[in-house]
Amino acid sequence: MNRSLTRRLTGVAVIGLAAATFAACSAPSSSSGSSTSGSVNAASAKSAADFGGMDALVAAAKKEGKLNVIALPPNWANYGEIISGFESKYGIKITSDQPDGSSADEISTAQRLKGQSTAPDVFDLGTAVAMANTSMFAPYEVSTWSDIPAERKDANGVWVNDYAGYMSVGYDSSKVPAPTSMADLLKPAFKGKVALNGDPTQAGAAFAGVQMVSLAEGGTAGDIAKGVDFFKQLKAAGNFLPVDPTEATITSGQTPVVFDWAYNNAPISKQLTSWKVWIPDNAVLASYYIQAINKDAPHPAAARLWEEYLYSTEGQNLFLKGAAFPVEYDAMKSAGTLDATAAAALPAVTGTPVVPSQSDNDQATAYLKANWAKAIG
Amino acid sequence: MADAPRGRALGGLRPSGALLGVVPFFAYTTVFLLIPTLVVVIGAFVGTGGFTLDNVTGLFSAGSAYVTALEQSIVLSAVTALIGALVGAVLAYAVSTAKPGGVVKRFVTSLSGVLAQFGGVALAFAFLATFGGVGYMTKVLNDLGVSTGSGLWIYEWNKGLMLVYLYFQIPLMLIVFLPAVEGLRPQWREATETLGGTTWTYWRRVAGPILFPPFVGATLLLFTNAFSAYATAKAIVTQGAPLVPLQIDGALTSEVLLGQANVGRAMAMTMVVVVAVVMVIYAWVDRRASRWLAR
Amino acid sequence: MSTGLRANVHRRQRMMRWAVIGVVLVFFALPLLGMLDFTTKDINTGARSLATWRTLANVGQINEQYPTLATGFVNSIGLAVITPIVMLVILVPTMTWVRLRLPWLNRTVEFISLLPLTVPAIVLVVGLTPIYSWLTGWLRFLLGDSIGESTLWLSLAYVILVLPYAYRSLDAGLRAIDVKTLSEAARSLGASWPVVMWRIVLPNLRTAVLSASFLSVALVLGEFTIANLFSRTNLQVAMFLLAKSNAQISIAVGLVSLVFAFLVLFAMSFIGGTPGGGLRHRRALRRSQKETA
Repeated sequence: MNRSLTRRLTGVAVIGLAAATFAACSAPSSSSGSSTSGSVNAASAKSAADFGGMDALVAAAKKEGKLNVIALPPNWANYGEIISGFESKYGIKITSDQPDGSSADEISTAQRLKGQSTAPDVFDLGTAVAMANTSMFAPYEVSTWSDIPAERKDANGVWVNDYAGYMSVGYDSSKVPAPTSMADLLKPAFKGKVALNGDPTQAGAAFAGVQMVSLAEGGTAGDIAKGVDFFKQLKAAGNFLPVDPTEATITSGQTPVVFDWAYNNAPISKQLTSWKVWIPDNAVLASYYIQAINKDAPHPAAARLWEEYLYSTEGQNLFLKGAAFPVEYDAMKSAGTLDATAAAALPAVTGTPVVPSQSDNDQATAYLKANWAKAIG
Repeated sequence: MADAPRGRALGGLRPSGALLGVVPFFAYTTVFLLIPTLVVVIGAFVGTGGFTLDNVTGLFSAGSAYVTALEQSIVLSAVTALIGALVGAVLAYAVSTAKPGGVVKRFVTSLSGVLAQFGGVALAFAFLATFGGVGYMTKVLNDLGVSTGSGLWIYEWNKGLMLVYLYFQIPLMLIVFLPAVEGLRPQWREATETLGGTTWTYWRRVAGPILFPPFVGATLLLFTNAFSAYATAKAIVTQGAPLVPLQIDGALTSEVLLGQANVGRAMAMTMVVVVAVVMVIYAWVDRRASRWLAR
Repeated sequence: MSTGLRANVHRRQRMMRWAVIGVVLVFFALPLLGMLDFTTKDINTGARSLATWRTLANVGQINEQYPTLATGFVNSIGLAVITPIVMLVILVPTMTWVRLRLPWLNRTVEFISLLPLTVPAIVLVVGLTPIYSWLTGWLRFLLGDSIGESTLWLSLAYVILVLPYAYRSLDAGLRAIDVKTLSEAARSLGASWPVVMWRIVLPNLRTAVLSASFLSVALVLGEFTIANLFSRTNLQVAMFLLAKSNAQISIAVGLVSLVFAFLVLFAMSFIGGTPGGGLRHRRALRRSQKETA
């Protein structure tokens, strides 16, 4: 007995020693962090001027030859076309990782793969996660910086909004009648058919869905008690589906009604012709996403060129084509560079869009944390 | 035989010689398993100000959703483990009686090997396509007069999810238990019959006790398999996190409630504790069952 | 003993066998039929259509549109080859040795083998992050970037994932054979330890080793979470990206990958000889029958 105890203690000691040794010996760091092109350090360039002009930036990016993006599904705000547009315009190969990743996944992956060539170069994040992690971003101002409204960007260029979406209800018109108000969704015709894109305490899209319903029911983006109450009624009526809606579940008819961003719902009609998008009257919830460059990006010049592309007329119009509201909309409209057909195809909205503030979101988060599981469970 | 007494005597004087044989295993698992687990366990006790027990105590505070999730996870895992083990054991026996090297045995074992790891979004979709609101089996059942209620039963953790879990538990049991069943010698059956025993005597007195320890071990495996499975559950039940792995996923990847990473690690640590407890129970059962086996 | 009794037992056994296997196979087939149903349907009209399968059959076009699918497929094959080999090399000698010489370590090895299952994949990734950062750092330093960051190094983590299942299979197999007597007999006849392992223990563990390898291959081909979170491409990750663009094709590819994994395992069952019986066994039986005749 005594000997076996000693043996076990020895085992534990060996493990501890191994842990300590391992922690101490990490490989000599290779100089892959900063890529120098000529005399310019791409990782610290704050604008195209720092490179010596756009052409120099393009050349530096082409030299790197690759770009890693993360959490950009092809049907999300038309990122599929944006990625292939960038690839064919500059000949830079894009690797799109973790298309279903959340904003939190983007940050943790960047930390996980730090120093490796597969780390993400750029981020597209929800506001909450972005604001909590600004220390990971490299400041950069695109050439069209002046076209972006002041409240949509950081004064130092650390982050900038790229597009906004309106929260919408997508529905299969061949399976359910067209809803005209939130109350319609509580009717028996929608039994076992209504899904939310995720859990509001976890996913930004679902969170905004509850905020939108709250607006439609007479509440505000911050005071979402009416929104949560609506979902409680939905569950009680047997209409609420806890399934994660994906392209597969929608096209197979398993989730005929989905609360999601308009830019996610709109492309479905390419696959399912009877899919329509509806935004309730006077309940227009808009939310901007944030674009940022990874401070430790393995391909810093390509990352900066990517941002230039996104904020060029071409990139912004591609967002518009995906039913997302590009951040340079007003500037492009007055300059006449807006894609008219795409602008006309945006889902019809009545009423002014509401963009929730930080305090709105904090208030809503606290309420959800305390009440969502009880309402739905 | 000559080697054995010498080996044992020397074994008493030089234990380190024998220990060398297991060094590769321990070195490998230390680097790739024990250290990662330690990282998680240590993280469970780290808070904003250094060492803290808040992460763990917060989980068990009054009205915490985590305790409910833990109970439900344990129930789900236990039920699917037991049913899966029983059905899988019967299936393993059935397969073992087939001709060795025949098509049936190869087919069923290969199919089970594939299905044991079939999970996640694909399995969830397949089940929804079958038993969901618009699934074809739902239509068939309705035509046959079997009422499927509101059709929402498949999304509940204690109904539909159990059925889905069985889909990979049963094949897993087959794969893991088949070697044990095939270890039953036909001579033992013949000996029982020669001594005047019936089939029931054979099962109760001979095959049963021999198969019991591996059966319990396999059930334990099924339990932990269901306990930590999360991809399938995540695809079917996105709301409310009724199970522990879903709670952990929420804590680690939420875009709305930030800063919960260490709470997630605390949750993971409780999972390890639960399995450790189950393992202790299993060890006790195993020791009692193997007492008469001189192995 | 009357032959009638024996024949009765056999007949009952056969009926039971077909009944049990039949019912379970039907249960297994149902969801797969659901997938097949979805992929042979035209989404908009609901009519039967083979369009999805025809698109899939056009392999060249698929490769062009979804290049990651080919990369993921090749990576998964590589992982499926490396993982079982590493697992067997680590587990079989260790478990035999523990059984023979270090029985007091049995519980420890068992607990360690079961540990990977207690930690869900997303949490294991959290723990593996520093390990892989350290490992990749050294590999890049020693072997260059492209080999150092290859997806194949994930097999080291996959071996850990497969440990619980493999341990259980091998344990069941080891309990069924009397390792102690066999090894002592072999040693007393002059065999060295490697010979004992390779020519005595391993052949007797055939079913168990095959089961363990089956599970390893199936696990590797079906693994998604760890590869995804480390931003590496394997078959499941590539299929997942595919699902984002076209749901029907992704389900069809899912079915194809299931069939593919099945065929791989089916082929593997021939490699090890016949499971639970074996050519040598039959030859030996025939030889002994000749001798007694």
